[in-house]
Amino acid sequence: MFLINCPYCGERDQSEFSAGGEAHIVRPKQPTELSDDQWAEFLFMRKNIKGVQFERWNHAHGCRKWFNMVRDTSNDKIHAVYKMGEKPPIK
Amino acid sequence: MSKNLRITNNKFIDQTTKISFKFDGKTLYGFKGDTLASALLANNIHLVGRSFKYHRPRGIMACGSEEPNAIVQVGNDASITEPNTRATEIELYEGLEASSQNCWPSVNFDIGAVNNFFSPLIPAAFYYKTFMWPANFWKLYEYFIRKSAGLGKSPTEPDKDIYDHRYLHCDVLVVGGGISGIMAAKVAAKSNLNTVLIDDKNNLGGTTLFQKNECFKINSFYSNDWLRKEIETLNSLKNLTIKTRTSLAAYHSYNYLLARENLTDHLDLNEKRDKIRQRLWKIRAKKVIIATGAMERPLIFSNNDRPGIMLSSSIKKYIDYYGVKCGQKISLFTNNDSAYETAISLNNSGVIVNSVIDIRNKTNSLIVKQAEKLGIKIYWKSSVVNTSGYKKINSIEFMKLSDDATTVIGKKIKEKCDCLGISGGWTPRVHLFTQSGGKLKFRDVDNVFLPDKSELDQISIGSCNGDFELDDVIKNSVNLTNKFLKINNNDYENLEIISSKEIDKKNIWLLPSDKPLGKTKQFLDFQNDSTANDVKLALREGFKSIEHVKRYTTTGMATDQGKLSNMHALGIIAETAGVKMGELGTTTFRPPYTPLTFGTIVGRNVGEFFDTTRKTPIHEWHVENKAEFENVGQWKRAWYYPIGNENMHEAVQRESKAARDSAGILDASTLGKIDIQGSDASEFLNRIYTNAWSKLEIGKCRYGLMLNEDGMVYDDGVTTRLSENHYLMTTTTGGAANVLSKMEDYLQTEWPELDVYLTSVTDHYGTVSICGPNSKRILTKIIPDLDLSDKEFPHMSFKNALIDNIKCRVMRISFTGEHSYEINIQSSYAKSVWEKCFEAGKEFNITPYGTETMHLLRAEKGFIIAGQDTDGTMTPVDLQMDWIINKKKYDFIGKRSLYRSDTIREDRKQLVGLLTDDPNEILEEGAQIVSETNSQPVEMLGHVTSSYYSPNLNKSIALAVVKNGKKLKGQKMFVPMKDKNISVTITDTVFLDKENKRLNA
Amino acid sequence: MKNKYSIFSLIKNAFSYHENWQRAWRDPEPKKEYDAIIIGGGGHGLATAYYLAKKHNMTNIAVVEKGWIGGGNTGRNTTIIRSNYLWDASAGLYDHALKIWEGLSQELNYNVMFSQRGVMNLAHNLQDVRDLKRRTHANRLNGIDAVYLNTEEVKKFCPIINTSPNIRYPVLGGTLQKRAGTARHDAVAWGYARGADAMGVDIIQNCEVKGIKRIGDSVEGIETTKGFIKTKKIGVVAAGHSSVIANMVDLKLPLESKPLQALVSEPVKPIIDTVVMSNAVHAYVSQSDKGELVIGAGTDAYVSYTQRGSHNVVEGTLKAILELYPIFSRMKMLRQWGGIVDICPDASPIISKTHIKGLYFNCGWGTGGFKATPGSGDLFAHTIANDDPHKLNADFNINRFVSGDLVDEHGAAAVAH
Repeated sequence: MFLINCPYCGERDQSEFSAGGEAHIVRPKQPTELSDDQWAEFLFMRKNIKGVQFERWNHAHGCRKWFNMVRDTSNDKIHAVYKMGEKPPIK
Repeated sequence: MSKNLRITNNKFIDQTTKISFKFDGKTLYGFKGDTLASALLANNIHLVGRSFKYHRPRGIMACGSEEPNAIVQVGNDASITEPNTRATEIELYEGLEASSQNCWPSVNFDIGAVNNFFSPLIPAAFYYKTFMWPANFWKLYEYFIRKSAGLGKSPTEPDKDIYDHRYLHCDVLVVGGGISGIMAAKVAAKSNLNTVLIDDKNNLGGTTLFQKNECFKINSFYSNDWLRKEIETLNSLKNLTIKTRTSLAAYHSYNYLLARENLTDHLDLNEKRDKIRQRLWKIRAKKVIIATGAMERPLIFSNNDRPGIMLSSSIKKYIDYYGVKCGQKISLFTNNDSAYETAISLNNSGVIVNSVIDIRNKTNSLIVKQAEKLGIKIYWKSSVVNTSGYKKINSIEFMKLSDDATTVIGKKIKEKCDCLGISGGWTPRVHLFTQSGGKLKFRDVDNVFLPDKSELDQISIGSCNGDFELDDVIKNSVNLTNKFLKINNNDYENLEIISSKEIDKKNIWLLPSDKPLGKTKQFLDFQNDSTANDVKLALREGFKSIEHVKRYTTTGMATDQGKLSNMHALGIIAETAGVKMGELGTTTFRPPYTPLTFGTIVGRNVGEFFDTTRKTPIHEWHVENKAEFENVGQWKRAWYYPIGNENMHEAVQRESKAARDSAGILDASTLGKIDIQGSDASEFLNRIYTNAWSKLEIGKCRYGLMLNEDGMVYDDGVTTRLSENHYLMTTTTGGAANVLSKMEDYLQTEWPELDVYLTSVTDHYGTVSICGPNSKRILTKIIPDLDLSDKEFPHMSFKNALIDNIKCRVMRISFTGEHSYEINIQSSYAKSVWEKCFEAGKEFNITPYGTETMHLLRAEKGFIIAGQDTDGTMTPVDLQMDWIINKKKYDFIGKRSLYRSDTIREDRKQLVGLLTDDPNEILEEGAQIVSETNSQPVEMLGHVTSSYYSPNLNKSIALAVVKNGKKLKGQKMFVPMKDKNISVTITDTVFLDKENKRLNA
Repeated sequence: MKNKYSIFSLIKNAFSYHENWQRAWRDPEPKKEYDAIIIGGGGHGLATAYYLAKKHNMTNIAVVEKGWIGGGNTGRNTTIIRSNYLWDASAGLYDHALKIWEGLSQELNYNVMFSQRGVMNLAHNLQDVRDLKRRTHANRLNGIDAVYLNTEEVKKFCPIINTSPNIRYPVLGGTLQKRAGTARHDAVAWGYARGADAMGVDIIQNCEVKGIKRIGDSVEGIETTKGFIKTKKIGVVAAGHSSVIANMVDLKLPLESKPLQALVSEPVKPIIDTVVMSNAVHAYVSQSDKGELVIGAGTDAYVSYTQRGSHNVVEGTLKAILELYPIFSRMKMLRQWGGIVDICPDASPIISKTHIKGLYFNCGWGTGGFKATPGSGDLFAHTIANDDPHKLNADFNINRFVSGDLVDEHGAAAVAH
């Protein structure tokens, strides 16, 4: 059970949060100009990294804010959290 | 109770309070403070169960959670009986009834024991090699296998007890109340850290509590006396919480731990009632100190499983703590010093110690010297090769070990005994450490796995960290704790400690025998009956990995999870395969540490608390008016309102007719309501819905369809523009939460530039919907000053109004195709508005209708229900709702997906209407649709999504999705049922009032 | 030829104290080159190798396994086998597997303990009822033996279920597939391994793939912890880690790897003799031959390769178990564990070629792969051998995520996999 440091509320139990998958997959600004392949890439294809991954979380049962997290999926260690729109603090 | 098995000078057992209990139907007596195991032993009962596979007689072996054999069924009552409970952990109470398991007719005469005779035929994993012929007989074989497997019996009635959960946050959690845990907790608490100390026993102190031996002294006190004083000082520490009878079950990441506290299991039967039985503590600790101690290992030799063969340290606890002699003439067999402590304790209590058989060549530690001084006979460099006695050990045979210790040599000596204590050294309890993700290292000198690296803020101290000598335990525990907590406590700095040190170590995982391996049975896993042979067989057959061996032989998979067997299995594998143990690694220790009752894990979340029940503000009215309810998500919705003996069909027919003929009233409060505000609200809706919103006039309502990004219909509802920058969106009942979170997601992550704020107001408003040709007349009675003319208040518009001076919003929208209004008012007033409408509508026979009638009425009009007529594979085009897609819009969620090669196919499944040839035939929802009935297999073209008998049309109607349905209008199809094919015709989806005249009727 | 397993061989070997049993499979060092290499020694991978050798005469092949065979999801699942799927493509795939299961012990001469004790899926709300009826109709027309049961029939088939109308989510009905059931998971991996080994397949354990060598658009071999091994055909069956392998060739898959948990109770005498699954309250349970209640929990929503999930999921599952079986309140959880499942957006698998020549993927089974093991192996072997899918797995290609022609068992069949 993770202890997640919500950038708005502080440390809270994992049960207050919901996970939203890989971060920094920006919705194309002009979807209609994409090929089916490119659209599928946005829609479904994921890196699904084993290791340090950037992902989205939502403090669903708290402030309802979405934020980003840097987490190592191979050991579940959370390296950082940062607000939407901010640059990742870790490369 | 056999008097001569109890000693009287014992402070831990209250020998003035006699307790009666039943074992296998026989009434016996013990004392307050006994466990079931100690009481049975005091009654000279060793044989308590039969083993899993061979049904061999088995006795009590240990004194705690590692007990593999003495597992019993507690209680006879079908609702509170509990299988597989360790007798060593059951505190004796008045009224306790326990019985042996896995034996028939009785533990003394067990038919299943015939398996032992067949044992040559049933080596490890034999079942993979047979029972394959004849092929269809596996079912029969399996029936008998299942019958003979299993241990105790499941309860057959619901549990009467209650369980509880609580959260606990602390600076330091100390797990284990032995000497090291006590010191650590004290050090932490004295440093102003909020500290919690838990222990699974009923009192603190661990094994030091009853260690009264000249060889172990602290500041010239016996170690037990010194520790008792330490325990007494704990009470004065304000920052310390002590929880006994609390067993740590699981250690998860981020220092999240689960502990089970036993609250009533030790109470007399009549005191248990109406109390919480067990509590699960959900602990979040900043720092964790593991001080869980070590377990004694058995020794692996021929017939090492007979009742009366026990762990030497357990025999010591039974005599020193419980005052119970496990036998009158006890032999001990060891590879280390700890058996000598047992020998001395027994000797001091007047029990005859036949001899100590030690595989070591000779050793001169303090404790051994003391034993020798007491005249205890020691056979050095010797090993037990066999034991006798069917239901209880009566003798052992031992021989000298060869110099290389690979064989036994010389004369066999037979020694009579009624109990054999065995000690194969100690295994640190590293279970919790590994559960938390910690990595282990191997220490060769005494063959132990020890905590190494951990990602979490934790340490292990004491014998679970590999310190087995009293002075090491004290010094290292305090030092490690100080360092870990970054404090500098010097309370224990200048202690004078006398501690016998083990000098010589020797270990043989599988002791040599004078017989060929195949002819002997050396048990590793006592409960699952797996032997050293089994492990060797697995290795011969190519099962190399420890996990393979474990699974192939079932070693370590019994209810004790291999606490006693894992190390020997590893040792034998390493030896046989010629690998170093450190390289071999261990199997994974999985939570929980000891089996955890389902009820405890679930706590109070049972029965009515299984899930939140959401009720509308008008719920009580529906209950009073005998509504039947339907679960929609967490909501209770009125389904239909039967009058008298009406069944659902009759009620729905009546309700549907009333709503169209005069007036109906529906509680629509469960629909999701989302308040949308901000200067970009219109733009936001443009992107969320498939249609356009910017030009919607203030005061007007519009139906919207929401897609997933994959182009499939997700949710729908009517949204009203309350003012320039203010909308009220409605969603489906089940979809409300998801719609809100999806919109928040887009708003916060994709379109943060939009000035929009979303608020769920579902619970804030109650919604009363009145429909039918008389709805206008009814509303006029309630809000006389509101102009309800079609010109002032047309369909798809809204008005603010007052009812009894309470503000409300009235929408003229319709899901039934009738002239209708939805009144949204603060929840607390909703019921009175409902009652008002009902009162006002009486003269028009206003009829409350439920969800079933609502579904029927909307189906007559061909309106979809997202989730019933759609299933995540339907696009708006498939629903023949092309009109709702604004093609001019640059983008909206899901738009791009509508133009993929599969989604633009013209022959996709499309929503159509269906009419049965026989108007009285009502199709089954979910039934499939085919175009011909002669071929097999037949292509399924679609299925019936909604189907009803329409009392307003006097025929059955249905909605369906059919491949290429748009083009098949008028075509005949079949709905194949088990016993017949129903002929149907594909039609338009609108069955009633195609011109929408009724909206303004 | 290996020892044939039978009661007679057991008797014979008893006389020699079981000293003479042959190895179930060899422990070979990798050759320099193989005609095909299967990455992943789970049930699906071993089955693929078995059928490549048996049906396509490809015996110069190897299975490489990072750890020990059967140690991934094969050895961690709740062993449910059924084929009552909604869509034709799924029904075809899973029933193909089920038919192989029915003769698998005899075919492999290894008792995989396929036990056709029936699988029941419960309905708890009106939409569940519609969905299950829809599925049962489709099953019937596809020749799959599922039937719809009303609440009384559910109770009759499994009397310990709490079918009271007064519980939070009453049982409104259910479906039953009698041919469905369970099997012994380890035995499936071991039986296929033994069978494949006997035909010459090299099973190489403790051999982790570190890279895939490509020349142009074709594969050339794999880099492993035991060195480079050359091959022109690579079948990846590395459930949980499919993306890790795919990333080696910069291929992105529509997958997310998530923790899935399961647990067993202590063993008790027979109390439930079928498999019961409930999607709405999320609980599924059966009883193993050893007597343990085998209970499947759900997945967590985040990606993780740790084989550990959150406690909430286990608590939620047991909550549901006690809702349906209040008599189990005093049963005890003996062991819980996690696996890593890779999940496709449509909850259906991928058994497909890729745009890289000689590289094939079999993945995305989500929480329900075990039941398909024999069929998946057979069809994947066909796909690899012929460089072309079999008609039964043609719909399970990667391209469906581009065209939109998904096999959506998610939305369509309200049933836990």
